[in-house]
Amino acid sequence: MPLARSIKHIGHRTINAVWRVGMSTRFFVLILLNSGLSFRRFQLTVKELFFTGVMSLIIILVAGLFVGVVLGLQGYETLKSYGSESALGTLVALSLVRELGPVLAALLFASRAGSAMTAEIGLMKATEQIAAMEMMAVNPIARVVAPRFWAGVISMPILAAMFSAIGVFGGYLVGVVFIGVDEGSFWSQMQGAVDFKHDILNGVLKSFVFGVAVTVIALFEGFDAPPTAEGVSGATTRTVVQSSVVVLLLDVVLTAIMFRGV
Amino acid sequence: MSSQPLVEIRDVNFSYDGRPVLKGINMTFHKGKVIAIMGGSGCGKTTLFRLIGGALKPTKGQIIIDGQVMHELDEQGLYAMRRKMGVLFQFGALFTDMSVYDNVAFQMREHTDLPEEMIHDLVMMKLHAVGLRGTHALMPAELSGGMARRVALARTVALDPMLILYDEPFAGLDPISLTAIGNSIRRLNNALGATSVVVTHDVQESLKIVDYIYFIADGIIVAEGTPAEIQASDKPFVHQFVHGEMDGPVPFQYPCRDYNQDLGVNA
Repeated sequence: MPLARSIKHIGHRTINAVWRVGMSTRFFVLILLNSGLSFRRFQLTVKELFFTGVMSLIIILVAGLFVGVVLGLQGYETLKSYGSESALGTLVALSLVRELGPVLAALLFASRAGSAMTAEIGLMKATEQIAAMEMMAVNPIARVVAPRFWAGVISMPILAAMFSAIGVFGGYLVGVVFIGVDEGSFWSQMQGAVDFKHDILNGVLKSFVFGVAVTVIALFEGFDAPPTAEGVSGATTRTVVQSSVVVLLLDVVLTAIMFRGV
Repeated sequence: MSSQPLVEIRDVNFSYDGRPVLKGINMTFHKGKVIAIMGGSGCGKTTLFRLIGGALKPTKGQIIIDGQVMHELDEQGLYAMRRKMGVLFQFGALFTDMSVYDNVAFQMREHTDLPEEMIHDLVMMKLHAVGLRGTHALMPAELSGGMARRVALARTVALDPMLILYDEPFAGLDPISLTAIGNSIRRLNNALGATSVVVTHDVQESLKIVDYIYFIADGIIVAEGTPAEIQASDKPFVHQFVHGEMDGPVPFQYPCRDYNQDLGVNA
């Protein structure tokens, strides 16, 4: 009976998905409960900040610059037809600070740092390093997972802010320096249009939420990965796919709440 | 064995998903002794090992270590007990993001407030005991399999445990590393006054260093005794195992249909 088999398959996958959501939520609570060490011995978190934050800088800055340049080019072409090239600064800044900065930085963060976290923890599990730590009476959630979580949560908003800042610079470079939009109106219109609370803080809040989501997914997938080569590779793929989908989904929800007051 | 028991395993049963793995195991490990738990692959010895370490709970029965029932301990109690235990994993399980030095210092930094100078001296002493003081600056990836196992041994005894568990310490080692690990197990046990439990299927190496042996097959103890008693044993299973015979009570062929039937030949 192919139909019965299909229904069974769908049911199995649904139950599995619900189970994983429950387990990852439980895992998230466990991380929060075991976070004391990450702050008492802050050098553990600082070490992870280097790997997740500092090592992601190059990809974030290069991508931010290119996105800003493209926004500048495309924005100028569109605004020119309405004779409002001077609003280029506003367009570039608002697009980046509200949406592109947090979302693209989170997607890049998931691919660069999230996948690395999953692979590292998955391999630590496969090579019995996690079990060894437990047998040495050291809680691996507190010692290995929580510092990585806080490093991800702290670095994500900073990376998103840097993405937006360098993107604005890219827009300036192409709009003002190369095309010749008036510099004064580029910056002054941007200053007038971008509201600190409404735009900047909401952007930071978004990137903070994305940081929590991506890091929890990456750490859970690593911790839950079957201890085989195939298991770890599957978990790494799932981290990137799930993080990307969750970031885009959360962005819709957060944008609706923040900017349309839903 | 007249000394005081450190570990008592009383009628321990364990099942995975309703499939019994251990069926009524009784063992006693005395202080200062090195004990081997032997058996073929899949006989349940690693499960027993995990039960002693408190990573699993028995379906029935008790494991008592130093007067405390393992499965009745809460998380704090279990961690306190584990601080008095050392575990050597099959392939060492060294932390790959730390140097050899930091691996051995790991527990000292996590569980004590010792000053760094004292940790330095202790780490050097532990590494010297396994003959690898010169590797302290290397990363685990730069070590051979045998060296990694010896560094892991130094890490295992970092806090002078009272009970040391070894999971297949001889697997995949060259003869020189094999002897080095075997000697270190015996020497460290005597020096620390600890109790060591070696889960292994390497008969010849174990017989040289242990005081007492338990044989497990199909989840029950089929034989036990001192190395001399085991070597002289006429029990078919022990004889097959000790002498590495291909066929015997443990058959060469996995249970299957008649051979002629599988080949489609009418006998």
